[in-house]
Order: sequence, then C-alpha cells, then structure tokens
Amino acid sequence: MTFLDTWVLTLITFTPLIGSIVVMLIPATNTALIKRFSVIWSLIPLVLSIWLAADYWLKFLARGQAVMAYELKAAWIPALGVNYHVGADGFSVPLIFLTALLTTLGLYYSARTIHHRVKEFFALFLFLATGMFGVFVALDLVLFYVFWEIGLVPMYFMIGIWGQEKDRPQYSAIKFFLYTLAGSVFMLLAIIGVYLDKGTFDILIAAQNGGGWTTAPVAAALSFWAFFVAFAIKVPSFPFHTWLPDAHTAAPTAGSVILAGILLKLGAYGFLRILLPLFPGPAAQYGLIIAVLGVIGIVYGAFVSLAQTDLKRLIAYSSVSHMGYVMLGIGAAAWALNQTKTPELINSAAMALNGASLQMFMHGIITGALFFLVGVIYERAHTRDLEKFGGLSALTPAFYATMMFAGFASLGLPGLAGFWAEFFTFRGAFAIVPVLALIGVIGVVITAAYILYRVIQNVFLGKYDPSRIVHWTTVGGHHSDGPTDMELFEKVTLWPLVALMILLGIFPTLVLVYFNAASVNLLNNLF
Amino acid sequence: MTNVFNLTWLIPIPPLLAFFAIILFTNPHKRLSSNLAIGAVALSWVMSWLVAFAYFGNWHVLVEEPFALSLPWLPTGTGVFRMGVAVDAVTAVMLFMVGFVLTMIFIYSHGYMTFPGYLDPALNTDGLDPRYSRFFAYISLFATGMLGLVVADNLLMLFVFWEIMGLCSYLLIGFWFDKTYPDPNQITPKQAGLKAFLTTRIGDVLLMIGLLLLFIMTGELNFQAIFKPEVLEHLAESHLAIPFLGAFSAAVVIAIFIFWGAIGKSAQFPLHVWLPDAMEGPTPVSALIHAATMVSAGVYLIIRMQPLFAAAHHGENGAMLFVAFIGAFTALFAATIALAQNDIKKVLAYSTVSQLGYMFAALGIGAWVAATFHLIMHAFFKALLFLGSGSVIHGVEHGHHHAQHGHGEHGHGHHDEHHEAYFDPQDMRNMGGLLRRMPATGWTFIIGAAALSGFPLVTAGFWSKDEILADAWYTGHTLVFWTLAAAALLTAFYSFRQVFMTFFGKPRTEAAAHAVESTRSMTVPLMILAVFAIAAGWVGIPEWFPGVGAILGNPLGTMLGAQAEAYHLHHKPLPPQSVPLLVSIVVSLGGIFLAWLVYGRKPLEAGQPDPLERWLGPIYTVLRHKYYFDELYGSLPNVRPALILRFALWLTAVLRAFDTYVIDGIVNAVGNFGRRFARALRLFFDELFVDGAVNGTGFVAQVAGSVLRLVQTGQVQFYLLIVLLGVLAFLAFVQLGL
Repeated sequence: MTFLDTWVLTLITFTPLIGSIVVMLIPATNTALIKRFSVIWSLIPLVLSIWLAADYWLKFLARGQAVMAYELKAAWIPALGVNYHVGADGFSVPLIFLTALLTTLGLYYSARTIHHRVKEFFALFLFLATGMFGVFVALDLVLFYVFWEIGLVPMYFMIGIWGQEKDRPQYSAIKFFLYTLAGSVFMLLAIIGVYLDKGTFDILIAAQNGGGWTTAPVAAALSFWAFFVAFAIKVPSFPFHTWLPDAHTAAPTAGSVILAGILLKLGAYGFLRILLPLFPGPAAQYGLIIAVLGVIGIVYGAFVSLAQTDLKRLIAYSSVSHMGYVMLGIGAAAWALNQTKTPELINSAAMALNGASLQMFMHGIITGALFFLVGVIYERAHTRDLEKFGGLSALTPAFYATMMFAGFASLGLPGLAGFWAEFFTFRGAFAIVPVLALIGVIGVVITAAYILYRVIQNVFLGKYDPSRIVHWTTVGGHHSDGPTDMELFEKVTLWPLVALMILLGIFPTLVLVYFNAASVNLLNNLF
Repeated sequence: MTNVFNLTWLIPIPPLLAFFAIILFTNPHKRLSSNLAIGAVALSWVMSWLVAFAYFGNWHVLVEEPFALSLPWLPTGTGVFRMGVAVDAVTAVMLFMVGFVLTMIFIYSHGYMTFPGYLDPALNTDGLDPRYSRFFAYISLFATGMLGLVVADNLLMLFVFWEIMGLCSYLLIGFWFDKTYPDPNQITPKQAGLKAFLTTRIGDVLLMIGLLLLFIMTGELNFQAIFKPEVLEHLAESHLAIPFLGAFSAAVVIAIFIFWGAIGKSAQFPLHVWLPDAMEGPTPVSALIHAATMVSAGVYLIIRMQPLFAAAHHGENGAMLFVAFIGAFTALFAATIALAQNDIKKVLAYSTVSQLGYMFAALGIGAWVAATFHLIMHAFFKALLFLGSGSVIHGVEHGHHHAQHGHGEHGHGHHDEHHEAYFDPQDMRNMGGLLRRMPATGWTFIIGAAALSGFPLVTAGFWSKDEILADAWYTGHTLVFWTLAAAALLTAFYSFRQVFMTFFGKPRTEAAAHAVESTRSMTVPLMILAVFAIAAGWVGIPEWFPGVGAILGNPLGTMLGAQAEAYHLHHKPLPPQSVPLLVSIVVSLGGIFLAWLVYGRKPLEAGQPDPLERWLGPIYTVLRHKYYFDELYGSLPNVRPALILRFALWLTAVLRAFDTYVIDGIVNAVGNFGRRFARALRLFFDELFVDGAVNGTGFVAQVAGSVLRLVQTGQVQFYLLIVLLGVLAFLAFVQLGL
C-alpha cells in the first residue's frame, strides 16, 4: 500500500476545497492571480484522476478484477456509526476523471469570460468541485448526503449571481434550489430508513446481504421511492425536469457545463451506487417504471427540444432526452432481475448498464462541449435566438467544425462518442424491455431532426444576413463588424473534448472497460 | 499471398488521415488539400486492387475460408466483441470497383470544383470554389466510410461506416448551403441535405433494430459466424413476437428490419424521395455517393446478408418476397418518373433509383450473382453518366457566362446580375447539339447511356441486366420478369431521350452554342470509365453464349457462384435460355428506337422562338406546365400525342404528382406534424401543466422565501459562512444529541 493508494481519493476531493480557501484569501482586486491560481490548482485533481484511472486499470482491470479500491475508512461521528468512508470502482473512476476534466476546462474558460465578482466565482467553482468529487467517492450514506448538498449551494449562487438579467436568474436559481432540496429531504428520510433497518450508514455493508430487508417490505419500498425521487429530480427524469431548462438558460457558461456534465450524473450515479445495490427487491419490482420514465424522457425531451428557439434551452431539453437513455438502461437492468439468471441475461443487463453509464460519461463530454459552444456564440452575438443566426458556416469555420462534431456526437452518429451509449442501452433494452426500446428509438430520429434542423441549419447554413444581428462583438466585448471565429482559448477549451469524442467514438473501450467490469460485478451481486 | 491481405485493414485509413490533415492543417491551401486527398485515395485504390487481385488469383482456395483479421474491441458483459476485416468474393469485387471509382471521381473533382456560378463573381479570387478544401475533406471522409463498409467483417462495423457515409452525404448535398433559387418551391441544397439525412435516418434506425435483434438472438454480428448453417436454422425456427401482429420467424423479422435500412439508403419506394433532391449537391458527389457507391451500399448490405434472407426464405418465404416486390415495383415506378424530367441530373437520379430496384428484385428472387454483377456494372456506367452530366453542366455554364460576357461588352457596357433571367444550366431544354462542342463528353455519355439502356452484346449493362431477367425467367418469377422488362424498356427510352436532347440537333440556347469542352482532369476519367462501361461486362458473359462466352469463360460468374455455394445459397449456373435474351434485346433496342422516333428523328432547329414545343409538341407542353407547377393540380394540357404516349404521360404525371404530394407530402406532413406536435407539447403541456405545477409549489416556497430574504445579503462570503455554520450545527447536533 503506497501513500497514494490510501489517500488519492481524499486528495482529489479536498484539494479543490483548499484551493477555494486560498482563493478567498487572495485580495479580490487581484483577479489575474485568482484566475491563474484556480486553473493551475485544478490540474492537481486532474492529474491525480488520470493516475487513478491508469492505476485502477493496471492493478485491477487488466487482471480481470472489478473491486472497490483505494478505500479509506475512519470514524467521523462514532456515536452514529457515521464514517468517513471513501472508495472507487469502475463506475466512479471514469466519472472522477470527467469531473476533474470539466472543472479544469470550466475554470480555464471562465478565466476569460467572467469579469464580475471574480473572486467569489472561482471560490465557489472550486468548492463545487469538492462536492462533486465527494459524491463519486463517498461510501457512507451520510457522507454522500453531505457532499450532495455541497454540490447544491455553489450552483445556486452561480445561477443567481452570474446569470443574465433577462433570463430570470433569481427565479431559475430558486427553482433549481427548491427542486433539488425537496429531493434531498426525501433522501435524508431514506437514509434514516436504511439505518433503521440495517443499522449502518455504510453503503458496502448495507449492500452486503443482497440488500435483504428485515423489516416490512413497505419500509424498503418507501425508502426506495424516497431515494428514487431524490435521484430522479437530479437526473432529471420526466416529469421532474422543468427546473433544468431554466437553470441552464440562466447559468453562466461554465456553470451550465458543470450542471449538465456532472451534476445531472450525480442523480444517475445514485441509481448505480445506492438504488440498485441496496434495493434489489424493489428495483426488480419497479424497474419497469424507471424504464418507462426513461423512454418518456427520451421521446418527450426530443420533441420539446425540436420546438425550442433558444439555443441554450434546446440543448437543455436535449439533456432531458439524453438522460432518458440512462434511465432506460438502468430500468432495463433492474427489470432483468425478475427473470431467471442466464449468462445471456446477465450480458444483456450488463450491456444495459454499460449503455447507461457510457451515456453518463459521453453526455458529459458532448453536452459539456455544446454548452461551451453556446457560450462561444453568446459572447459574440449576445443572443441565443436561433431565428437570428444563419450562414455562419462560411464565416466561422472552426466554430462550425467544432459544433458539427459535438452536434453529430449528440445525435448518436456512429464513429463519435454518443453512438456507443445509445447502442449499448438499446442492446440491453431490446433484450429485456423490447416494446419500450422500440418506442425509445423514435427519439433517435427526432434528435437528428432538432440537431440538424434547429441548430445546424438555423445557425450555420443559408446566407449570412448582416441585418439580423446588428451588434456583434469580440469575446472581449469590443465591437466587431461581424461574427469572429473561435479564439485560441476557446479552441483549447473545446478541442480536448472533441478529441475525446472522436477517440471514444472509435474505441469506446477506453472507458467502457471500467463500466463493464463494474456492471458485471454489480449484477453478479444482485442476482 | 496472405501478406497482401494484411493490407486490407489499411485500405480505409489514408483518406481518413487526409480528412484530418485537411481540416486541421492544409485547409487554407486549396490545391495542396486536393492533391493530398487524391494521393490518399489513390493509395487506397492501389491497396484495394492489390487485395482484390490477390483474391481473384486465389479464389478457389479462399472461397470456403475467407481471409479474416480481427481484434477484441468492445467488452459486452462477460463476452468480447471483435472488430476486424474480412475478404470474400463480394468484398474483393466491391474493392475492385470502389477503389477505382473513388479515384476517378476525386480526380474529376479536381477539375470540377471551380468557382460556382451562383456566388457573387466579386468573391472569385482563384477560380476555385471558396470551400474547395472542405469539399475534398468531406469526400475523403466519405471514401473512408465506403471502403470501411466494404471490408468490415461484422454488421456493427458496417453500420458505423454506413452512418459515416450518411453524414458525408448530408454534408455534401448541402455543400452549397447558401444557394437559393428565385422559385420558392424549388428545394435548396440545405433543405435537400436535411431531407436526405432524415429520410435515410428512418431506414437506419430500423436497420439498427434489426442489427440489435440479430445480436440478441445469436450473440454474434460477425458475418461468418452468423452464416453458419446451425445459426441460421436457429434464427429461422425461433419466433419473435411483434406487438399487435403476432409471432414471426426471427429470421424473417430481422431480415425485414435490415432491409428497411437498405430501402432508406438505396432510395427505394417508399423512402426514395430524398435521392432526386440530393442532386442539389455538386455533380461529383451525385456520381460518387448518389449513384456509384453509397446508394449501392444498400444493395451490398442485402448481398452481404443474403444467407439470412435465404434462411428466412425457407422458413416463411416472407422476407425475400418483400425484397422482390419492393425492388421490382421501384424499378418500374422510378423509371416512369424519369421520363418526365428535364433536369439532366434528375433523369439520372430516378434512373439510379430504378436500377437499384432492379438489383433488389434480383436479390429477392435469389439471383445473388446477377445482382452483384449488376451492382458493379451499374456503378461504372452510372458514375460515367453523372460525371458526363457534370461536364455538360460545366460546359453549358461556361457557355452561358461567355454569352453573357459578350453581350455585356457589346451592349450596355456593364451587366447587372439581378436583371438577368434565371438560367438553369441543368435543364436539357437549354442544351442541344453539344456533341460537336463537347465531343469527349458527348461520346462517353452516349456509351454510358447505351450501357444503361442495355444496348445488346456490346455493353456491360446488357450482360448484367440480361442475367437478372434470365434468372427471373428461369426461377419462374413471371411477374418480376415482366415488371423488370417494362422497366428496362423505359430505361432505354429515357436514356436516349436524354442523349438526343442534350447532344443532338442544334444548340437551343446561346449557352449551349458557346459550351466548351471540359478540362482534361474531367474528360480523362470519363474516357477511362467509358472503357469500363463496355469492357467490364465481358467478365460476366454466360459460358454458353456462342463465341465469346466460351473464350472468356465467365470468370466473375464462376467465382461468385462458388462463393454462393459456400454460403449455401443454392446457386446453379443458368442454362441457355432464348426468351429472356430476346426480350432484353427487344426492350433495349425498342426503347432506343422509340426515343429516336420521338426525339431524334428530326434534329431540333435553332433560333426558333419555341422549337421544343413545335417539334415535340404535347410532351413538352405537359412538361412545361410542370415547370410552372400547374399540371400538379391535374389539368392536363389540351394536346393529342399518341395514345400510348398519352397514357405514359398521364401515368407519369400521376406518379410524379403522387411522388410529390402523397409520398413527399407524407414525409413533409410527418415533419410538420412533428413540429406542430412539438410546439403544442411545449405550449399546452410543458409550460402550462408541468411548469405550472412546479410554480405552484414554488409560490408556497416564495412566501416562505420572502421571510428568509432578510438574510440574503448578496455577500457570497456570508452565504458560505451560513453553509459552514449549518454543517457545523448539524454535526454538533448529531454529536451532542446522542
């Protein structure tokens, strides 16, 4: 056991918090230092998360093992049996990397685009990272809850303070806060429910005996649903999704990226880390409902996206649709628990879970990039009204190319990252819940329609008409005669994401190998 | 020999590298970009031919055990999915065609992509299209897609490349995305691209369902693994329950789902509507993607999956019948529409739809070898025809500019773009007599048209078409036989109508009179393709055919026949048959003769106010009304052509109206419905009910919040303090309270 084996997760989680405190100590006027420090500081968890991924692969995956590793357990509130217990497995390792990557990119992008209350912004952003990392590493329900709440607060302020006045930031922020807080209340109740039955807050211990519940099945079902509501709001699942478009519209660019890229995944991660392992009985019983909500989300979200005229709202709704795949995959895998265990069924369920978890990762990259791209155009045109753009393809080729990659990845074009998530989700879902999968497929066609018809055609194709947007500026806010192409810092922000889309589109196994090991492991424990 | 086959996986790589090199680096240097793309595709061509000829030399050995090379690629639960390449007889034949045609068209594009006429001439700096590099990047990516599709050893990988081609098709159809027409009813390139992508997407999604079902049922997607007799038998005998319809043989269900992918990609009825509009793309794209390669990938898919369809055949006879019906119907249906087109490219587009229908009909009746043969031959002569039409358009456009320029100098001294009448360089009525102005283009085009018409004994098209008819006759599919024969008659007729209108008679416009022959980088590929449009067919002449048959020995048929045997496709060499042979000769020559009777007998005169109407009368009156979209409401003009032609025209008008209003209308209606439905969802449901409920909750909270607002100072530090205190209080509470 080396030093890092024990401490790496703790280091990843708390370095941003330290950074946040340091930022608060820097004088607010020294914005350059604050920005530079934040970006460089955020490289520490990024490097550690890359080490973590490589190390996990070398030590475990390459040897065919899928274990919970890097565990650290220390008493925190002994009276309650609450421990500081962290660990990582195949589900969390890629998501930790994704969090670190998007945090660094978000900070870097914000360093050039945030000019107002800089100190607070960067402090909150780093603080937020701690909350997100914490959720992905927590193996104790109370710890999980605390980190979950930490993720909520900074985002509330980001939307409220740095939102554009015309997007009703106060309204959106309060909506976001209330919605998620309501979910948290349910989660707290559910955690107490688990404790009353199992006498522990430890996720691993609680899951050990196949999640068998000693008290009345009603208690198990109630706790299940309480957790479900908390996670479903965060995902967000239909019909709990309307906070998302408002929150996204109002949030600053980097906030939207983190919101879509990571915060939504916290809900989906909760399904994988808590709901399935701790509640195999209710999950099998109600799995179909999860899958049905997923399919509704896919189709409904896609249709509503198609009707949007605000670019950012459109992408927000597309997140509702895409997170539906996650729900569909998880629901299908849960529903499979009702059937007799065969190798084929295990594989189908594993592929459904693979699809769901791949979608979490891929959606983080793709929608993260899409929100950055919205930022690129918004900084110049100061509008997101799709009807006002047109013909930018010829004028801003780099922006166009980047948007094409992200857009086609989003609509699931094979060869780019998004496809594999859809493919595995449907592979699992068709084997387990074929009728739902058949309905979900409609979403694939509609997605193509809104990406191509709404986004690509409206923004990039046709003739450029200078009279529609009179006031173009550069990113720095200086007047310009027309749209300017992406600047270097925007390319530096976006091209790593595009590279990942292509790389993972060709060879998704780079992340799939983590998820697959974890999925098979989880299913073997559940069946 | 194996060493050569190890090149297979490299074949799709050079164009992919060229794509990335162009978009990342060489983009500003136009000629460097195109040279890079051409060099890359030529490298792929060389490797393709090395592999193809290595196969042709050793097919006796390889036909039973195809070359295969694969790597573990995706974990699938406890299993692993392997990706790789495989070379069987079909792959070898496809590689032979694809690598070559790609290279020809790349070279041709080098000459073709000059500054487009629709843009403001003031922007013309170097005589090349402003997005010239982008064009070569796109077609390079396309080349990767097509070559990858051909060498893929499993259906999933095939699907990936299939979709990449779809993307390129979308990008290239809409390449001139800023082009508009004075007539608002005319579809623009950007609309055509969207239409193509979404229409084919419907087929693709159904194909993906078929693929997933196959994966679920067999646990495999590797072609060789699926085609094992025991696997096929399992598929034919398992049943899948379809909601509301009942249980069907899994093989039939999967085959039909997969076939829908081909219907979309190969533009078969009822998803054919996108292909004619796809002609909005630059002409090399029409030749490459929408004639020779991508659209024939649908046929390739069914050729590839034929053992599955045959298994379905033994089970319930459903899938094959469906393929035969769709194919034969489309062959005739599209051929009738082609008669009424005046746009030189639209004639060819409908002709492509029709010829692809031919191939599907052949596959539906089990004529596997004939379908493959026709696919390859069609690629050669249809690429030739499209490139020829591109050369014609270029020539006429040049002539138009020349004429305009001349007038400008001698007349007003300046010319104002907006005062010019819109001139359509693709309208065959603006042409005539081009053979003298553009001899290389003209003669090669005539060769292509002869091959498409199946001109007896000489051309490639004759032998491949004849074999399909012979198969249909031999296997007793009389209805298919006569449907295809009728389609062949129409094909010969519209092809030579095109030839006579474009190249014979006298120039009907100044533009045609001043048309100039295209550059050598355009005409040389035409000539090479013309050789193939004739000679390529000789490899498939039946052995029993007197004279040449015995000498040439039908190498293609023998090799593919052996491959068919290896796939248990029950292939038997056809015996000599006189009826189909005579019928193909009669319909081909008959069609050409009819075309001559109507369009070629008396050359059109120049300088007359309305020469076409005078010479060809009612037909063109009707067509002219179509140009103004009047006849679409059913008012046939008061004219008296021969009864049979009148019927043909009536049918054409009906079918074209059906095409535009019913089929296109359904596609549009679905689109509109989607939009309206989506808008309605947004207005009446999402904002009213779902949001309303949320806001209702929010209101309660707002009241509470207004109290809490007192602590909202707007100071972040203060908030953080509260959070911190809250957490501490919580911890203190749990610590002390228990």
